[in-house]
Amino acid sequence: MALVAMHGIRKAFNAVPALVDASLEIEPGEVMALVGQNGAGKSTMIKILTGAYRRDEGTLTFDGRPVDFPNPGAAQDAGISTIYQEINLVPHRSVAENVFLGREPTRLGFIDWRRMNREAEAALARFNVSVDVQAPLSTFNAATRQMVAIARAVSRKARLVVMDESTSSLDEREVATLFDTIRTLKRDGVSVLFVSHRLDELYAVCDRVTIMRDGATIGVHPMSAITKMDLVTAMLGRALAAAEHRLHDAPPHKAGAPIVEAAGLARGRRLRDVDLAVHSGEVVALAGLLGSGRTETARVLFGADRPEAGSLKLDGRDVAFGEPSEAIEAGFGFLSEDRKIEGIIPDMSVAENLTLALMPRLAKAGVIDRAAQREVVNRFIRRLGIKLASPDQKIRELSGGNQQKVLLARWLAMNPRLLIVDEPTRGIDVGAKADVLTMIRELAGAGLGVVMVSSELEEIISLADRVTVLSDGRSVRDLHAGEIDETSIMAAMASDVPTTGAPHG
Amino acid sequence: MTAVAPAPARRTLRNPRAMARWGVVLALVALILFGWARYDNFLSEYNILSFLRYNSMFALIALGMCFVIITGGIDLSVGGVAALGSVVAAYASGYGLAAGVAAGTGAGLLAGLINGLVVTRLKIAPFIATLAMMLAAYGTALLLAGNQSVSVSWDTAFITFGQNDFLGFPIPAWVMLAAFVIGWVVLEHRPIGRRILAVGGSEDASRLMGLSVETILTGVYMASGALAGLAGVILAAQFGAGQPTEGVGWELFAIASVVVGGTLLTGGVGSVAATFAGAMLLALLFNVLNFENGKGWISLSAYWQSVIRGAFLLLFVLIQARIATGEEDD
Amino acid sequence: MADTSVQVHRPAEAAPRRASMAEAVRRYGVLVALVLLILFNAAFTPNFLSWQTVNVNLTQVCAIVIVGVGMTLVIAAGGIDLSVGSLMAISGTLAPLIFMGKLFPVSPGLGLALAFTVPIVAAALLGLFNGWLVTRFRIQPIVATLVLFIAGRGIAQVMTNGNLQVFKEPTFQFIGLGRVLGVPVQVILMAIIVAVAGYALTRTVFGRQLLAVGGNPRAARLSGIASKSISRWVYAISGALAGLAGLIVVARNGAADANLVGLGMELDAIAAVAVGGTLLTGGRASVIGTLLGALVIQLVRYTLLANGVPDAAALVVKAGLIILAVWIQQRAKGSS
Repeated sequence: MALVAMHGIRKAFNAVPALVDASLEIEPGEVMALVGQNGAGKSTMIKILTGAYRRDEGTLTFDGRPVDFPNPGAAQDAGISTIYQEINLVPHRSVAENVFLGREPTRLGFIDWRRMNREAEAALARFNVSVDVQAPLSTFNAATRQMVAIARAVSRKARLVVMDESTSSLDEREVATLFDTIRTLKRDGVSVLFVSHRLDELYAVCDRVTIMRDGATIGVHPMSAITKMDLVTAMLGRALAAAEHRLHDAPPHKAGAPIVEAAGLARGRRLRDVDLAVHSGEVVALAGLLGSGRTETARVLFGADRPEAGSLKLDGRDVAFGEPSEAIEAGFGFLSEDRKIEGIIPDMSVAENLTLALMPRLAKAGVIDRAAQREVVNRFIRRLGIKLASPDQKIRELSGGNQQKVLLARWLAMNPRLLIVDEPTRGIDVGAKADVLTMIRELAGAGLGVVMVSSELEEIISLADRVTVLSDGRSVRDLHAGEIDETSIMAAMASDVPTTGAPHG
Repeated sequence: MTAVAPAPARRTLRNPRAMARWGVVLALVALILFGWARYDNFLSEYNILSFLRYNSMFALIALGMCFVIITGGIDLSVGGVAALGSVVAAYASGYGLAAGVAAGTGAGLLAGLINGLVVTRLKIAPFIATLAMMLAAYGTALLLAGNQSVSVSWDTAFITFGQNDFLGFPIPAWVMLAAFVIGWVVLEHRPIGRRILAVGGSEDASRLMGLSVETILTGVYMASGALAGLAGVILAAQFGAGQPTEGVGWELFAIASVVVGGTLLTGGVGSVAATFAGAMLLALLFNVLNFENGKGWISLSAYWQSVIRGAFLLLFVLIQARIATGEEDD
Repeated sequence: MADTSVQVHRPAEAAPRRASMAEAVRRYGVLVALVLLILFNAAFTPNFLSWQTVNVNLTQVCAIVIVGVGMTLVIAAGGIDLSVGSLMAISGTLAPLIFMGKLFPVSPGLGLALAFTVPIVAAALLGLFNGWLVTRFRIQPIVATLVLFIAGRGIAQVMTNGNLQVFKEPTFQFIGLGRVLGVPVQVILMAIIVAVAGYALTRTVFGRQLLAVGGNPRAARLSGIASKSISRWVYAISGALAGLAGLIVVARNGAADANLVGLGMELDAIAAVAVGGTLLTGGRASVIGTLLGALVIQLVRYTLLANGVPDAAALVVKAGLIILAVWIQQRAKGSS
């Protein structure tokens, strides 16, 4: 008998349907994948299952009994724990407090600190994690926090653990550890619902896959019985999965003159010694594990952080950017990693977001030329195929993929010489992803220099002309066309010391 | 196995905020020593007791504010609620001491409940919700009192609550000490305290972890309201009248006490003991100023007290900003 | 390549229409409330539709609106300014000290010129100090401006030793009592300030950048906006406007009392801003809204008083009004 059975689920927000006929079944001890594009209804489905939303119609049974969770607490009490995309723990509190928050062990009404710490240590030890459980959670890295969230779920005797994009902030090694954890859970008879944009991960760890599209469940297959191509086709609803692959066929580019040459960039513990050069017409990928200094390099390059050491040359002349505005003046653009926190101004319109950096150039004596603004905005909406109701629509109403395109347009409108993109396809759906990648390729073709930070090897391999591999805050290897493949990048990423051929003496 | 995270680098400085808290305690001790060395009657029984009797009201309000600020909120209504509490207590004082205390505190509790409901149900920012409650509380107090102060009943034991001593110690000071001890135990050693801190640290995460955030927040505003009401009771008992126009600016004084005590206005971090020290420190500045004038060396008018308090607040805030920058850089 | 982006999040397509409905309530709610209040009074309050009543109500809100405009800008940029009342006190007590020659001997003409400029410049500099605390040390705006809230009034009291300064100086008092074509000078000043600030907020680079800083400071910085300099300017503007309001208030009264000038003004101004539809978390603001918000609050009070309701009850109504206005905005935001 299935542990979870959801059938005929409907849910609408303000009369706009999000789920029309969704279903989901998970067997005990099964790892079920849930896939679909952004907006397919995955998140809504999970939130109904975990008590964050109430369904409008449909049945939900858990362990054979019909249930209706009024809030996340009720679902957790029943044995459903969720590890969300944005990790749902409290940073200022200790690891042990986070594991036990809401059901602290007490003696005579007072918290039994010793028992709480001991049990938290034991819960984490099960996943081979050994940390100081009294230290605030904020002092640990993303993977450890993820493990703390899982330890919390398991220590609550969860029978189903829902992982919503849990791997998106983890690097390859940490993902491997997470998979070990999932296998441990499976062995103990705990079911897992696994949501991820990375298809390879589904094949690595899941038993079956439930595919959603447009608010409905359109198929359930054993992972071993469906090819990647079929999976993508099913998600998109038509055969355009080839879009991603055509990038491989693009002709090799001839790099122009160097735009930027950085040597020995260092800042704090995360960025120790990075060399990097970008020529016009070239896509240089920064590869490396999480924490290897990729984003830090990008930020220093753009003047968002000041380097403590190292030199930066622009067109052969020494420069030092104290603020992003100076880098922008020099023709740089920076598509940041986190759209919500560092990209969009949520309450502003699409047009205002798109022209945010350009605005001083659209003004006469400090007053904005609105006709010029309209012209620019319309041009880029057409050029990037941004889907929206009106340029005056608030940007927060757009899907992630369209927001990303607006942010890309923010920089293209500046007519930059160097574009730095940090995880340009994170959290956007397959269709928009292909658009963004194709755009980057086209821009490089037109003579722009591009620095791309990416965790997805596939993306790097399909797009980069050159790969600078970072490890532990140092650039350890430069891979040129012909050497760029999964094995060599992985080998360089894993190395702690510069290997032969590295640009260091 | 690769997931073994490195232990935090600075085990000893695990909480740099703790340094800020020690700072305020040290400053308090230093000021007391300064006063003791410089003025003859500074540590006299009379000065200590009248100091505690008078300032217990402000300390009670600062305690409630501390809890609210820990949740990431703010309570601007406390001054108005104290005024309301004093008026209600004055009217109820005819029915005896217990009735007066219960009525005044109850009025505060009710105001806090409304604050909590407006914040959690209507989802209105605490700053605005409690600003409105401040107006409503003053309005209600003035309406009840008919725009004048309301004399308490002298037939009952009510005024003993503000004016008498118990075991040689003013009753308001006992009330204050009891409230702070309870507050400290609740925050540090009861599960609810950890949950209050968690809600302040991340409301979303707390909700997803199954905490009933709304109940916790409402409870905290009720506590703040009740403490403000209790301060109003003491006010009425001490001065023999309910004062519908008293309490202006008390909320900002309480916020200053909490801030000086190292509690973050962003929530999630806070200390009851340091709030106590912060409230005492700011109050003591005024006391020291009085003594200094008494010496006749200089003559600083009473107006200097706010300038000096502002300067102290600035000093502490700057020190804390330095510490916070240090946290970020590491 | 457009054909590859097959999907648009469907709720996102329908949301704008739905949001526009709520948005309309949010945007025009204050205006509708104002019109209803005027209609109600025209029908039921005797002598309401007179030049006299209009002037009384307008002069009542002048100081609140002028300070409220500065507050709107500060809040739009993601901050708050609790020090405005104290800055009014400083400026309001400084001006008579100057033209009465108590600070330094000065000729009457120069004294008057300085009495208009020095207090406003002083208040602007103190505002700049607020901005400096916020940007240089990253101190939360509530705390940073709390310093001058506490100390500022003390400074004003110390300057005058707490004494009331009474004066009769027609030239100086022109900004509080004078009229041009029958319209009080302070109303004209208010109108100019609202118009300039409204234009700056919606049409200039400064206004757009200010809203971006309030909406998402990190994104604004990465887009090349000098957010710290904008914040400092905004606090300085708020200080200067508070300084001007202080001059108007003392000129109107013919007396400067450091204990009373601008007392509670920070909360009145914030209430007007909130009722006027400016988002208190920053990033969305309306200067006209602040004007209308202040007028609505004033008219509600006037209506109640004119119809025999005690002032204390008007306070309770004002509290309800603030909650209602903010709640409507909240719903407008939540529905999209």
